[in-house]
Amino acid sequence: MRADTPVEGRILPLPNSSTKPFWDATARGELVVQWCEQCQEAQFHPGPLCRTCGTEPGWKVTSGRGSIYTYTIVHQSRTPPFDQLVPYIVAMVDLDEGPRMMTNVIGCAVDDVRVGMRVEVAFAAEVEGIALPFWQPVAAGDT
Amino acid sequence: MGDRTPTIVGIGLSDYPRTPHLDALAHHGLAIRRALDDSGVQKADIDGLLCFGSYGIDDAVTMAEILGITYNFLDGTFAGGTVFEYYVQHAAAAIEHGDCDTVLITYGSDLLSKQGRTLGTQLYSSGSRQGGPLQFEMPYGSPLVSGYALAARRHMHQYGTTSEQLARVAVDMRSNAAVNPLAMYREPLTVDDVLASRMISDPLHMLDCCVISDGGGAIIMTTAERAVDLQQTPVYIRGAATAQTHWNISSMPDFTVTAAARSGPVAFEKAGVTVADVDILMLYDSFTITVLLLLEDLGFCQKGEGGSFLDANRLTYNGDLPTNTDGGGLSSCHPGMRGIFLLIESVRQLRGQAGPAQVPEAEIAVACGSGGQLSCMGAVVLGKERS
Repeated sequence: MRADTPVEGRILPLPNSSTKPFWDATARGELVVQWCEQCQEAQFHPGPLCRTCGTEPGWKVTSGRGSIYTYTIVHQSRTPPFDQLVPYIVAMVDLDEGPRMMTNVIGCAVDDVRVGMRVEVAFAAEVEGIALPFWQPVAAGDT
Repeated sequence: MGDRTPTIVGIGLSDYPRTPHLDALAHHGLAIRRALDDSGVQKADIDGLLCFGSYGIDDAVTMAEILGITYNFLDGTFAGGTVFEYYVQHAAAAIEHGDCDTVLITYGSDLLSKQGRTLGTQLYSSGSRQGGPLQFEMPYGSPLVSGYALAARRHMHQYGTTSEQLARVAVDMRSNAAVNPLAMYREPLTVDDVLASRMISDPLHMLDCCVISDGGGAIIMTTAERAVDLQQTPVYIRGAATAQTHWNISSMPDFTVTAAARSGPVAFEKAGVTVADVDILMLYDSFTITVLLLLEDLGFCQKGEGGSFLDANRLTYNGDLPTNTDGGGLSSCHPGMRGIFLLIESVRQLRGQAGPAQVPEAEIAVACGSGGQLSCMGAVVLGKERS
């Protein structure tokens, strides 16, 4: 799914050896998280070891579905381009696979966002080789 | 070996809230000179330094050179605004163990004069690309205040907490600031004033946010044995503990529970006190929600009941639970890292030197900081008497 939101001017990630597979996946249109075989648990953000047991984690493709855990509507933000985007939504999304990630909720009026709202991932067009994931409300009748 | 029980024997504040004539190092210098004068300690007797740096100086070793400290113990730990509670824990252990005898904890900041009111709403990145865990936050434009707004929203959702209840924290801090001639804002405030102030990051309004000021502070600690020969009645370190749940807000495990739920009970247990014994409470009030979470996590009420606790209890110096009797970060002074002011005001209260905000017969004070974005929580129990 393609995210319809401006990305130009945002501070972009600088991938490292742990996070590069995540950004390689978003460029393919996949949302992946680390997966620990020993703990049978997903992990985000990606790191050099499983933060529970210390073993080397693998990767797992997620469903790209989740629920809003909490959110805020940002009304004052000094740094470009966000000073031009206010008001906008910053939210934490609980992935169905467990981990939680920060995002902007797009395709949703700021007054309509709610805790518990079902959302799905959408990827912005690549800028400098990075496809940022965003989240938007799932289509009506879908879960 | 004599009595090595750790005590605070000297405190010094530099000038606040607006000091365009002082840079960060000058704040260090002023606060240190005042702490030396306060204590009667000779500078040459200081053999320990705990300081993460100053603005533009990112290490303790440069500070040791600038300040001329010949140390047997050095600690440049960084943990955000609560780092000074961490320093008390570390210094107390070092003094008890005999690694050093007399330590200096120091802080100075010219944040307001140098950067203005940008801390809460600006993104701080070193360039156009962001490494580390922040690479998963920075692209989404979540300034510092928004992390606290995320916590406040979740608490409201989970427990029914209201903006009115949060506003009561700001109102009470303003009442305390009214009797502090140095406080940045002293005019009375109402709940309606807070709710009518402009929204910064929903649900947090401008008056849910701390002020930005200049300022600095210094603390001198030594053994109970040495304290006997000094000028001030010593204040005892009864218990100190530190804990962290995350550093970057998006990794906070539960946005309604801070690490003070771990460090608080440990500090109380070491001190041999309970919440019922606390006369003075100094909580890091970066935002109103920070105070509510710390009240719950330290055990002044059950988790989720912070809102109703604030309905029923006044946090003013003459109220039910005297908290931030200097007016707090919300109304008095917040130069970026407020943790040292929590300790200094605690000591003033326990000495009986807190002026119009003095709480009668204050014997136990608790200082609990918050560093990062609700990340690191250092809790210190101070007493007029030893354990």
